[in-house]
Amino acid sequence: MTDNTLLKVEDLTLYFKTRRGDVQAVDHVDFELPKNKAVVILGESGCGKTSMAKAILRLLPRNVSQYSGKIFIEDQDVMPLSDEEYRRQVRWVKISMVPQAAMNALNPVLRAGDQVAEPAMVHLGVDKAEALELAREMFQRVGVPEDFLTRYPFELSGGMRQRVAIATALITHPQLIVLDEPTSALDLLTQANIMNVLKTIKWETGTSYILITHDIATSSELADKVAVMYAGQIVEVNDADRFFAEPLHPYSQKLMASVPRLHGHDEPDFIPGRPPSLLNPPTSCRFIDRCHLRFDKCSADPPTFFADGHPVKCWLYEKEASDAIIPDSSK
Amino acid sequence: MSTDLQTPAPAATQSQNDDILLSVKDLHVWFELKKWGFSHVGWVRAVDNVNFDLKRSEAIAIVGESGCGKSSLMKTLLLLNRPREGQVIFEGKDISRLKGKELKWYRSQVGYVQQDPYGALPPFMPVHRILDEPLVINGVKDKRERQRRIRTALEEVALTPVEDVLNKYPHMLSGGQQQRVVIARAMILEPKLLVADEPVSMLDASVRVEILRLLRKLQEEHNLSVMYITHDLSTVRFFSERIFVMYAGKLVEQTHIEGLLDNPLHPYTVALLTGTSEPDAANARKLKEVPPGEPPSLVNPPAGCRFHPRCAHAIAGVCDVDEPPDFEPVPGHVVKCWLYKEGRTSYPEA
Repeated sequence: MTDNTLLKVEDLTLYFKTRRGDVQAVDHVDFELPKNKAVVILGESGCGKTSMAKAILRLLPRNVSQYSGKIFIEDQDVMPLSDEEYRRQVRWVKISMVPQAAMNALNPVLRAGDQVAEPAMVHLGVDKAEALELAREMFQRVGVPEDFLTRYPFELSGGMRQRVAIATALITHPQLIVLDEPTSALDLLTQANIMNVLKTIKWETGTSYILITHDIATSSELADKVAVMYAGQIVEVNDADRFFAEPLHPYSQKLMASVPRLHGHDEPDFIPGRPPSLLNPPTSCRFIDRCHLRFDKCSADPPTFFADGHPVKCWLYEKEASDAIIPDSSK
Repeated sequence: MSTDLQTPAPAATQSQNDDILLSVKDLHVWFELKKWGFSHVGWVRAVDNVNFDLKRSEAIAIVGESGCGKSSLMKTLLLLNRPREGQVIFEGKDISRLKGKELKWYRSQVGYVQQDPYGALPPFMPVHRILDEPLVINGVKDKRERQRRIRTALEEVALTPVEDVLNKYPHMLSGGQQQRVVIARAMILEPKLLVADEPVSMLDASVRVEILRLLRKLQEEHNLSVMYITHDLSTVRFFSERIFVMYAGKLVEQTHIEGLLDNPLHPYTVALLTGTSEPDAANARKLKEVPPGEPPSLVNPPAGCRFHPRCAHAIAGVCDVDEPPDFEPVPGHVVKCWLYKEGRTSYPEA
């Protein structure tokens, strides 16, 4: 782990208990995030990307059956911390989150300014007047007019509410913000606006992002790195430049081919079939049924190979493997 | 609503053009704003003076952001709203005042594909009942005939083997499969017009294309006319005929898809095209150009051109005073913008 690494996730696992067995929502996931970079987690719905965000922030429901692995934030392993320590030292101090549909998650009976100020009062220990002053600064940063501080959420448009939610995540100056589908419910131009706001914040304050989305085109607005998730596992991590030009994993290739483009005459394609159930994932490669490149090796679960230093979970890259990691035998 | 307008026009009174399935003339859909439930305070002008013709087996895409009136327009075509003024002429009949049996007939001619498939399917009905309902309502009495048609409809949307699906409830199906059931339901009465309201915006990227292809296949096989409503410009190419851009209740640009992509004319269309991302890592290194502000309130829309407060090319004294009429700088490419008053044929470079 180099000095430049902000977050390192090792072997992170999160299973949920249900009546029909364990749902393996996040299954032995590894990735790294350098400082002042944005990593995009791409995947279809149900692939475990939101669960992974919640696992990193330790925002867990009650029916967790297994929660293990290591999460390093600047060399500190935060997994051994108790829930209370985690809340005080990490959540909203080092990492904050803009949850999915955050714009609908604002408290309808509190003024926007008060909601943005609250984390500052809790975590920075400032009084209300100071916190409101900070909230005012945050409003400027995300492009909300200052007189909106005293407005209620219902008086704001969707785009403005989303900005308020981002301000709430920003006010404690965390090093990392987890953005869960921050623009999926917004209009096109509002989306572009929010992406501009996020980019500016990144350039000006050096914040890092984890952006969780299924919208590949929009994700390219922010991405430095791309991690592709499929059926609870990360199947590829790549640099954005490389990923958007030539993705490695067959699933990533198919995902990229399914994006409708404005220009160019290539007809987009779709991915037949559905992802496997996470209750009983197959012991083979999890993408085997939908893969156009499968061969006999695929009946065994592929380890993580490195193609030019980029981790890919696919047997096709075995030849190039220089440093293969054998998957955990506990599966 | 004013009541002194005409009663439904019988078939013969309109000039018949067999090629045209649906013709919208001077359509205004306004909603009344009331104070305390009765005193009038104003109108929400959701659709303002919209005109177009839809030919048989033609597909039109309507593009715009939420609140631009595209859903109000669509709901008026489905007669869920009644227009305040203007006519909707379907096969030579003015349908905007239809009642009773004629209304039922009209609804059987128009299929509707909703945006959110899960919300559009009744959770307590298995698929076979969902598909049976429109047939029963429209008087298909023979049970065998109904079963045969349900089967054909499911096969057509590729939900096979049919037996596996018939007894399932909506929650047991994936998003893509649910949307197929919605499409099967829209198609089961063999309509002439299909209205699809953002049919793929709630679906995963990997199945979007599949559903769009299915819709296109149905359009071709049944010679359907399609109104495809979306905010996503990158999917309109699938129905690559005409495309309308709507802003604040007005159709601001009407053209063919190539015309729109290669030579967008209206400043709003240009903004939409710039705002649409293509997957490219270079995007992350630059900011997008976005017009300032937000779409106007439709209660008190700005005078003149409704886009002028956000427009970089607004001409003071013109755009904020007079409403632009339709200009046709390029044949077949109609735009409501003062920039094209004097023979300009392309968008001015910045």
